[in-house]
Amino acid sequence: MAAKKKITKKTVKKKSVSKKPRTRKVGEDESNKGKGLKQVALDSIVAVAKMVQKTATGGGLPEMVMPQRNLSNVTYDKKTGYFELGDNYKTRKLDVNSVKTFAQTLRLMSLAQDMVGDADFATKREAYYVSKNWGEAKFNEQRESDSVLDDIEGMFSLKGVTRETLRFVPEEHGGSVVGALTVIDKDPETGDPIRSDCAAMGSGAYTVPSSVDHLGFETTAEFIIAIETGGMFQRLNHHRYWRTANCILVEMGGVPTRATRRFVRRLSEGLKLPVYAFVDCDPYGMCNIYRTLKVGSGASAHINAKFCVPNASYMGVTPQDILDFGLEDATHPLLPVDIKRAKDALKNDPFFQAYPAWKKTLKQMLKMGVRAEQQAFAKWGLNFVIEEYLPVKIKNAKKFLP
Amino acid sequence: MAATKHLTAEQMAKNQKEISVSEFFAKNRHLLGFDNKQKALLTTIKEAVDNSLDACEEAGIAPDLLIEIHQVEEDRFRVVIEDNGPGIVKEQIQNIFGKLLYGSKFHSRRQSRGQQGIGISAALLYAQMTTGKGAKIISKTKRGKPQSLTLQMDSARNKPMITKEAVLKEWHLKHGTRFEVELEATYKRGLRSVDDYIKQTAVSNPHATLRYLTPDDEEPRIYERAVKVVPDRPAEIKPHPYGVELGELIRMLRETNSRWLVGFLQEEFCRVGRKKALEIIKEAGLGEKSYPTRIAREEADALYRSIQKTKISAPPTTCLSPIGEKRITEGLMKETDADFYAVATRPPSVYRGNPFQIEVGIAWAKPGGDQLEVDKRGRIKKTKKRRGTVDTENLLGNADEPVRLLRFANRVPLLSQQSGCGFTRAVTQTSWKSYGLQQPKGSMPLGSAVILVHMASVWVPFTSEAKEAIAPYDEILKEVKRALQDAGRKLGAHIRKDKRVANEFEKRSYIEKYLPHVGIGLQEILGITDEAREEIVETLGDSLETARNI
Repeated sequence: MAAKKKITKKTVKKKSVSKKPRTRKVGEDESNKGKGLKQVALDSIVAVAKMVQKTATGGGLPEMVMPQRNLSNVTYDKKTGYFELGDNYKTRKLDVNSVKTFAQTLRLMSLAQDMVGDADFATKREAYYVSKNWGEAKFNEQRESDSVLDDIEGMFSLKGVTRETLRFVPEEHGGSVVGALTVIDKDPETGDPIRSDCAAMGSGAYTVPSSVDHLGFETTAEFIIAIETGGMFQRLNHHRYWRTANCILVEMGGVPTRATRRFVRRLSEGLKLPVYAFVDCDPYGMCNIYRTLKVGSGASAHINAKFCVPNASYMGVTPQDILDFGLEDATHPLLPVDIKRAKDALKNDPFFQAYPAWKKTLKQMLKMGVRAEQQAFAKWGLNFVIEEYLPVKIKNAKKFLP
Repeated sequence: MAATKHLTAEQMAKNQKEISVSEFFAKNRHLLGFDNKQKALLTTIKEAVDNSLDACEEAGIAPDLLIEIHQVEEDRFRVVIEDNGPGIVKEQIQNIFGKLLYGSKFHSRRQSRGQQGIGISAALLYAQMTTGKGAKIISKTKRGKPQSLTLQMDSARNKPMITKEAVLKEWHLKHGTRFEVELEATYKRGLRSVDDYIKQTAVSNPHATLRYLTPDDEEPRIYERAVKVVPDRPAEIKPHPYGVELGELIRMLRETNSRWLVGFLQEEFCRVGRKKALEIIKEAGLGEKSYPTRIAREEADALYRSIQKTKISAPPTTCLSPIGEKRITEGLMKETDADFYAVATRPPSVYRGNPFQIEVGIAWAKPGGDQLEVDKRGRIKKTKKRRGTVDTENLLGNADEPVRLLRFANRVPLLSQQSGCGFTRAVTQTSWKSYGLQQPKGSMPLGSAVILVHMASVWVPFTSEAKEAIAPYDEILKEVKRALQDAGRKLGAHIRKDKRVANEFEKRSYIEKYLPHVGIGLQEILGITDEAREEIVETLGDSLETARNI
């Protein structure tokens, strides 16, 4: 074991020493500068209201058009790199069935108008509670207000306006980040820059905020690892793997939130860093976590352009890893739901259909009939993953699944 | 064995004697509808009212009836039934009221309420047996003088006895008959009561005005006629060969005036011409010139069987007098406060050689109460219901209760033995779910509704002499079911539409609720004035309402 450790350290050191860390920088996102998107958002809100007013005064029944958001209305093109919205739209015409939702949509848009103007925000939960002051038009469940918010976002997405631009933020925070990265935030009160060194978080980590377009970054890292589980993230953080490998570690915690996706996207694009996904070897890890990280999802097709990481690649765990690293007896059989998920992906998911390598991998997994978790490497010792698996894999980063 | 001694035929002969009608009656009250005191009151009134209505209609007079019940003692009542009918000639009064099995209707093949000639005299006999008093009858024909008679029955010999008679100087009616009798009875309200009978009679006889005084009321309840026209007097028809049983055939053969068999068949039956008659005779192996009286003794059986084998066309149906769809609707509307009425009439049909016709009416009240109406512009309005006819609750029950079934035979309400009645069977065997009513398996449907079934026939097949239930002949069941289905379909269409409108109303109430919020949203975003906001909301409201046509 000791020998192995030495070798690993040596190789890593060699690499980091041989290549003098180069600091890369990126400021806040272009869309966040000046009036920009904010103005587009405000204009869009007024435009919708004016259309309603005009149609109504003319004796007609106004309608709102929004894109359909599901997997059957997305296309995937390797060049574009993410799921693009198709041409299917749904029309919400004002009638007795839609009048409540119609009213709620306008009132939420009015709320957004206020928040964009005042630079305030509302969590989705708060937006739901704001409606409690609307009398009969109030939402009965947050599910309802979330759905209307999605509709509004869908409507405006055609102009590049996102929910974040409209100042609606999710309740849950983004993932955790550690490594050779400095995040430059702004004090909401004074506007002064605040620098957070993600290498100076001790045993904790930097937390991705719900809105990330205003952030600037500085880094010396060479790549990013997006990790599925908090457990694996803790292990790598505890042993300061990011220091030895000169990388940034991001904990996704299951399917990454849109803030996490956007955060990783801005790092990878702005700092020109490759992103390696490290998830469980099972259909959920591949078809949900990784797929959503890389190309977005059907349900959020209208925002995929910004909220995914097209240049991410899949490091592991792959079915081949199970064989290569002797994990056969550390696996679990695939459950019926796993098998269904994999088969659905092969049949319906444009992303997997675009890559023969992925089709082969999914078929291989189905054939083996087993899944393996990231933690399975503990079979060979708690730190086998740091000392053996990651170095071996990263050496061959070019061979990662697309 | 010592206790019982066997008798000789001679000894037996000493005990063999004629049974008096009163004895028979006393032992068989239930057969005639006098099982208990409450029913005795009902049957007495029912028989008198039936006779009165029959008499008025036969004379083409719009019936005006007065029915009074006066309490004399705790279980003793004086009952008066008075009509404006043609009156009865003096000589016949005693026979009609004072003799059992005397009447004009038994032998006639004509649709009428009464059939056997038992009813009213049985009522008199019952009264006499329970109070010792006879009946008082006043009757005046158009030309005659008002006759007043007090009658008793010599029950041993089934003969009327006049105990008092007088010619009145004046009477308040130009013509008519008044029957007054005192009997042991109980007066009760509710189902199967006299009240119930009178009300149902008003439903099935919308051409009659009934004034009804109960012992509890000061003033009579008045059931005003809804139509002035008296139904046509039904034509009399000869029996159809299929409807005659062997015993009846023998009687007819014996009593006929025809000398030859071929003539007998043509004369005594409908739908039998010379050709048919010869066909029947040939099949029976008889001669066309055989004597009917001889055949009655010897070859009636062969003749009977031959009749059954021969194809004979159905009897004419002109002899039937249905109530009519319009009148059923009017009768139901008059006495129920329902929201929807449907009627169905079947073409006449035949059971065992007897023509009959089935009519069905349904009155249905919307559960809840408020009415929704669609106006010309397509707006739905809520209107308060105008409930409150006297006694309504008698006919229309609650929405979760079984539908009320009103059974009528020749316009006479059938009050008892509902479960044993063919009509009931037809109703429970009909699937009401498809017509919008709930129905527990094999039971009456549920709903605040009345189903009326009327059978018009020259001979109604009652299950007993008390005339309370219809025998479930297949032909009758089939016709009743079809009529129920016809009316049911109309009801179903209405209930579905009703539900649609209610549904629509609820949806449209969304407009009132939520449309103002569309206005508020617009106002907040665009900063428009209150007036502009209200105008938009109003215009949108109009557009929405008109966009939804029912």
